[in-house]
Amino acid sequence: MSTATALPFLSPSTVPDAAGHFGAYGGVFVPETLVTALDQLTAEYTRAKNDPAFQREFDFYLREFVGRPSRLYYAKRLTEKFGGAKIYLKREDLNHTGAHKINNTVGQALLTMRMGKKRVIAETGAGQHGVATATVAALFNLKCDVYMGAEDVRRQSLNVFRMKLMGANVIEVHSGSKTLKDALNEAMRDWMGSVEGTHYIIGSVAGPHPFPMMVRDFQSCMGREARAQCLEKEGKLPDVIIACVGGGSNAAGIFAPFVDDPSVRMIGVEAGGRGSELGHHAATLSQGKPGVLHGMLSYVLQDEDGQTADVHSVSAGLDYPGVGPEHAYWKDNGRVEYVSITDAEALEAFQLLAQCEGILPALETAHAIAQAGKTAGKMAKDQIVLINLSGRGDKDCQEVARLLAK
Amino acid sequence: MIESSVPRRTIAQTFSALRASGQIALMPFLSAGYPDLATTAAILPALEAAGAHLIEIGFPFSDPIADGPTIQESYTVALSHKLKLADIFKMVAVARPTVGLPLVGMVSFSIVYRYGLERFIADTKTAGFDALIVPDLPPPEAEAICGKIRAGGLDTVLLVAPTTTPERRAEIVALSSGFIYYLSVSGITGERDQLPTDLTANLQALKKLTDKPVCVGFGISKREHVRQLSGIADGVIVGSAFVKRITQHVGDGPAVIAKAVGDYCRELLL
Repeated sequence: MSTATALPFLSPSTVPDAAGHFGAYGGVFVPETLVTALDQLTAEYTRAKNDPAFQREFDFYLREFVGRPSRLYYAKRLTEKFGGAKIYLKREDLNHTGAHKINNTVGQALLTMRMGKKRVIAETGAGQHGVATATVAALFNLKCDVYMGAEDVRRQSLNVFRMKLMGANVIEVHSGSKTLKDALNEAMRDWMGSVEGTHYIIGSVAGPHPFPMMVRDFQSCMGREARAQCLEKEGKLPDVIIACVGGGSNAAGIFAPFVDDPSVRMIGVEAGGRGSELGHHAATLSQGKPGVLHGMLSYVLQDEDGQTADVHSVSAGLDYPGVGPEHAYWKDNGRVEYVSITDAEALEAFQLLAQCEGILPALETAHAIAQAGKTAGKMAKDQIVLINLSGRGDKDCQEVARLLAK
Repeated sequence: MIESSVPRRTIAQTFSALRASGQIALMPFLSAGYPDLATTAAILPALEAAGAHLIEIGFPFSDPIADGPTIQESYTVALSHKLKLADIFKMVAVARPTVGLPLVGMVSFSIVYRYGLERFIADTKTAGFDALIVPDLPPPEAEAICGKIRAGGLDTVLLVAPTTTPERRAEIVALSSGFIYYLSVSGITGERDQLPTDLTANLQALKKLTDKPVCVGFGISKREHVRQLSGIADGVIVGSAFVKRITQHVGDGPAVIAKAVGDYCRELLL
C-alpha cells in the first residue's frame, strides 16, 4: 500500500480565481447578509490550508477516524463480465459512515472550530452527508441541525435514525418539492439568521464561493490516493475515470488531481431518471443550461422563466437540479465528458456489482458502474478503467427491494 | 373604459417631496399574481389612495432563499397557477396608468439571468417599473450588471445588511441609485415584534456615508415601527404583513382584498 496522504491540499487545477470563478461559472450570488460570512470563511480556509498544523490535524482524522487511504481494488469478476479494460474500484464505501462525504465534513468541522463556532447545519438528500455531518458533530461536540426534504425522510429512514442516534436534530422540510433543493433553501435561511455562531457545512462542490473550491480540495484526497495507488499497482495512470455526478463532490474529488494528465479520459455520470423530458431526470449538465441557483452560476434545470424544474432520480443523492460550477467549466472546456444513465440501468448495475463482487454500491454509485460497463467493454484488456465507488448501498436496500418487487 | 392616466412621479421626486415635508416613505410589498393578477392590479391604486409612497412588486420564484414562510407560500401559490413573466409585465403595463407612484421590482437573479439581462431590463422598463432590487446579486457580481440596469433607465437598489463591513457599505452605497435598502436584521423576511435595539445607531452610521435615501425592510409590521423610524430612515418597506392581509382574504375577490390592504396601509400611516 502506498503512503498516500491528504496532503498537499492544492489540486493541479488553476481555478477558481479570487472571486470564485471557474471560467464563466461559480461566483457569489447570495443575499448580502451572507457575504461577510463567506468572505470570512474564504479567509479562514486560505489560512488553514497553508497551515501545517491544520494539515496535520486533517490528515490525522482522515487516517485514524475515517480509515484512509481507501483501497484501490481490482474487480476481477466485473472485469471479466464487462470483457474489456481492467476495472479498479476506489473503495470510498469502506470509509467510516460508508461514503466519501465524511472527507469533507471532517475538514469543515475542523474549520468550524478554528472559527470559534459551536453549531453546524447541513442539508441532505440521501442522508449520507447528513450522517457524515452528524458524525463529526458528535466527534467534536458541536450542536447539529440537519435539513432534509420530507420526501427524502421517507425514502431514507435508516439514515434519519442514524443521525438522531448521534445526537443531531433532523428538520423535515415541507416546502417546494420536499427534496434536496428545498433542504438547501431551508439551511440557507437558517444560516442567514444564525451566521454569527453557526457554520453551514455544504455537502457538495456547489453553492457560493468558497464552497465549490473548499469541498473539492477536501475531497481531492481520493484522486491523489488513486493516482499514487494506480501508479504503484499498474505502473501507469488509468485510461478512464468514471464517477457519478449529482452536485458533483465525489467526481470533483477524484477528477481534480488528474486534470493535468491529458492521457486520462474522465466521464461524469448523471441521473437519466425515467426519460429525457424535463421533470423526469436530473441530468443537469447533459440537458440543462447555464443559470443561477443556490448562490452559484452553473448549469441548472429550469424553465424558460428561470423557475427551478422538478427533477427525478431513483437515487436521492443525484436528485438535484443544479451541479457544481467546476463541472460546468470542465464540460465547456471539454476536459470531462458528461453522460447519463437511467434508473433501470442503475438498478441493474446495483445488482450486478452485488453478484459479481460481493459489494453493494449506493444507487448513486450504481450509475457509474453502469457507465463503466458501456465504456470498458469497448476497450483493450491492458487498459484501465477506474470507478469511484463513492458509497455503500445498505441505505438503499429497502428502496431497491420495493422497486424490484414492482 | 379608458381613464386618463395619473401623472407619474419618479423615485427622486418622491423622496425629495417627502424630505421637504419631513415624512417617512411607506413602501408596501406585494407578490405579483398572489392570489391572482387581477387582485394585484386592483391593489396598486388602492395602496396609492391609502397614502403609500412607493410599491415594491415581488416576482414569484421557486427558490426564494431570503424569504420567510409568508412570502414563500405566496410565491408557491402564484406559480402553481402557471404564472409567467410575460403575464406579470402585461398586468403592470395595463395597471400602470392607474397609479402615479414609483414601482420597484424585486426579482431573483436566477430569473433575470435565464430570461436574459437586456431583455429583462427592457421589459420591466416598458411595463412601467422605476427600479429593480436583485437581492441575490451583491458586489462584486453586481458591478457590471448595475451599470447595464441604469443604462436601461431603471434605478438599482442594493441591500446593506447588519453584517456588511464598512468597506462593502461604501461600495454598495456607490452602486445604488434611487434608494438603499437596509436590512433591519440578519435573517429572512417576516414579521417581528420589536425592532432591533441597534437599528437606530446602524442607520445613523449608514446615513453618514451618503445623501441617498435609506429605506429599512425585514421585520417591519406595526405603526409603532414606522413611527420609531420617522426622522431616522427615509422609508420603510413592509412585506410579509401585507401579504398576510391578502392571505386572510383569499377567495373574497380583488375588490375586498384591495380594500383590506388599503385599510392596513392607512393604519400604518396613522
